[in-house]
Amino acid sequence: MAATAFSASKFTQSFSLNSTRSVDRPPLFPASHPLKTTPSSFLGSTRKLSLSSPSSSTSRRRRRPSRSPAVVAVSEVVKEKKSKSNVSLSNPLITNEEGLELYEDMVLGRSFEDMCAQMYYRGKMFGFVHLYNGQEAVSTGFIKLLKQEDCVVSTYRDHVHALSKGVPARAVMSELFGKTTGCCRGQGGSMHMFSKEHNLLGGFAFIGEGIPVATGAAFTSKYRREVLKEADCDHVTLAFFGDGTCNNGQFFECLNMAALWKLPIVFVVENNLWAIGMSHLRATSDPEIWKKGPAFGMPGVHVDGMDVLKVREVAKEAIGRARRGEGPTLVECETYRFRGHSLADPDELRDPAEKARYASRDPISALKKYMFENNLASEAELKAIDKKIDELVEDAVEFADESPLPARSQLLENVFADPRGFGIGPDGRYRCEDPKFTEGTAQV
Amino acid sequence: MAAIVQGIGATAAPSASSNKFLLSSLGSSLLEKKRNFFVVRSDGKCYTGLNQQQRRAQNVVTNAVATKEEKASAAVGSKPGHELLLFEALREGLEEEMDRDPCVCVMGEDVGHYGGSYKVTKGLAEKYGDLRVLDTPIAENSFTGMGIGAAMTGLRPIVEGMNMGFLLLAFNQISNNCGMLHYTSGGQFKIPIVIRGPGGVGRQLGAEHSQRLESYFQSIPGIQMVACSTAYNAKGLMKAAIRSDNPVILFEHVLLYNLKERIPDEEYVLNLEEAEMVRPGEHVTILTYSRMRYHVMQAAKTLVNKGYDPEVIDIRSLKPFDLYTIGNSVKKTHRVLIVEECMRTGGIGASLTAAINENFHDYLDAPIVCLSSQDVPTPYAGTLEEWTVVQPAQIVAAVEQLCL
Repeated sequence: MAATAFSASKFTQSFSLNSTRSVDRPPLFPASHPLKTTPSSFLGSTRKLSLSSPSSSTSRRRRRPSRSPAVVAVSEVVKEKKSKSNVSLSNPLITNEEGLELYEDMVLGRSFEDMCAQMYYRGKMFGFVHLYNGQEAVSTGFIKLLKQEDCVVSTYRDHVHALSKGVPARAVMSELFGKTTGCCRGQGGSMHMFSKEHNLLGGFAFIGEGIPVATGAAFTSKYRREVLKEADCDHVTLAFFGDGTCNNGQFFECLNMAALWKLPIVFVVENNLWAIGMSHLRATSDPEIWKKGPAFGMPGVHVDGMDVLKVREVAKEAIGRARRGEGPTLVECETYRFRGHSLADPDELRDPAEKARYASRDPISALKKYMFENNLASEAELKAIDKKIDELVEDAVEFADESPLPARSQLLENVFADPRGFGIGPDGRYRCEDPKFTEGTAQV
Repeated sequence: MAAIVQGIGATAAPSASSNKFLLSSLGSSLLEKKRNFFVVRSDGKCYTGLNQQQRRAQNVVTNAVATKEEKASAAVGSKPGHELLLFEALREGLEEEMDRDPCVCVMGEDVGHYGGSYKVTKGLAEKYGDLRVLDTPIAENSFTGMGIGAAMTGLRPIVEGMNMGFLLLAFNQISNNCGMLHYTSGGQFKIPIVIRGPGGVGRQLGAEHSQRLESYFQSIPGIQMVACSTAYNAKGLMKAAIRSDNPVILFEHVLLYNLKERIPDEEYVLNLEEAEMVRPGEHVTILTYSRMRYHVMQAAKTLVNKGYDPEVIDIRSLKPFDLYTIGNSVKKTHRVLIVEECMRTGGIGASLTAAINENFHDYLDAPIVCLSSQDVPTPYAGTLEEWTVVQPAQIVAAVEQLCL
């Protein structure tokens, strides 16, 4: 499949909408109907990577890699699968249970974020709160395929990643309210969700900051397998970040290192076309982010991020690749956020027509429609899920409301893992042994 | 990143007088004694103009020998110990920890096959493999972040900055993630990372390779900073830093890598938060760290000849300060001189001055004097470079002024 012959339906759509902005490159490909429901052609890498031997650690010089096609690009596999499975109404991509699971997760994300907006305007949470409405397909499509031991690294738009990974809604809501029962004891807030139990490694406020951390987690997985000889360790790490991040140095540095050492990581770009008020096209010389993968030696895939089933198919292959030790993948999910960048963003810059177009492709409605068409679920079942989620979110708010605020004694508690790091005081004792220290009134 | 010359680490013939003195004195027969650096016989001559205190003390001071206070001294008697250079001591500590715990790994530029630009990791890649001693691409911010991610998920990485100045590129990760993530995660993730590398003013290395960045990092909450100065404390602090669950930044000095010393054969780990008493005394407390320790000790020789009795403390722990050892000293001598290589503005000395003033103001008989480097980018020219850092003559003058 030649790299140029891809259906640019999603891209030309965005090109034409932004025709008032300065677009230096004319649309290269014919526009097609953006709402066509054919399976989107995957814009995978045409370069086939060779599986270099893992014992190259002993070789002193890096050999020029010979391109023997041992690893097939993601696009080829999915295309093959699709042609084999003959996707039609009689042979859906998911089972009934899977469908309900996906639906429930997306509805949870949506309801939770809507409730966050309500609580923010009621003065229950403060600061910068970034909501995920509209992008649920990406989080659900990827994270629902992971095991508990797999790691997820996110950005400041991390509530729904936390929920998909399994962090209880109560813990997330409490954290947003700044209560001590929050997943980070109220010390992190909206942009710093962490969970050791569910292997959510944060929650980062600066863009790009989390990508090296994700690379490190993937490095640990490889280290466990090869140095500590835990042969069954196949933990995968997912790094989520946005289109703006793809112009940042840390992104490129990590693509290089991940491909170099074949780390079990998937780089998931949530391209929602806007970085606060900066359109992706105005900030990027080549806006097709998936192309940056092959430049570093990994497959780059573009997928329709408003369709959870398509995302799931690509995710399966990318995560599978990582688990098998074949290295990283760059997946660009073209998606859209229905709300502003944060609750403080008036969102005046985006064209209402663009918003309406994406709103009509709401991932939740799309999945609902698919499930009805394929007789995977009944109206009643879905309504029951809606109700269940509503109650869950209400309960989360109630729990957060009733939870206590952190006491002063909590102030100095988690600064050091080993509190001797506060040093030795004038009296010869470690500062942390000072009783006033636990009260939070000690001078450090 | 410039070509850090391997030759720096292997410099055998330093040109400045201070270092020549240093190496020759260490080569003297006094190496049998534990941790003695300079042996000076005071001639007990009486100087005119000495104040009461000094005249009293003259009879007490006979030499500038450091008395051993640490526990290892007792053990030394049993085994002879072995002689090595400071960078070998660092490597020994590193190797022992890597043997002890398979989760300890090293990452940095040229640490593997090249053996480290100062040879601290020489031979380790052959022994432990390329994954445990990882040669990274030139991407400080990202591989430091990678180390942090690895630390969060169970490994104990040591990140080497080829020169401390390069860590400026990693500042995002060090400040935001290294220090903060334990706190913002509510204590869920610990980050047992060690970030180490050489810094300080060398031999005409130019401005960017001669930076003293201790001050830049000291405000970051959640990290500890230590500076090693002898082969003995280099090994001990390296081991302690690796074993610590906190993120630790270990500052080494470009000019100290070739210091030879005899260290114990037995395993020992030093305390990260404690300062080191180099030379007990009565008249003035001199607080110092890293390379300036040697300038101070050289000045001490002169001072002893002149009848002063300085107490020299190597603070070692730059963050947090060991206020107990420092405090006891202040209470004894009532005069404080801080000698450091750091920048004047906002440096370690500035923080230390503030801390001592806050805690021990009542015990001071004179304002604290702080001698730091000039607030200039280190010049290339040898003469200018020499005047950038504090020299022993200035230390002597400052003590004389302080003890008037």
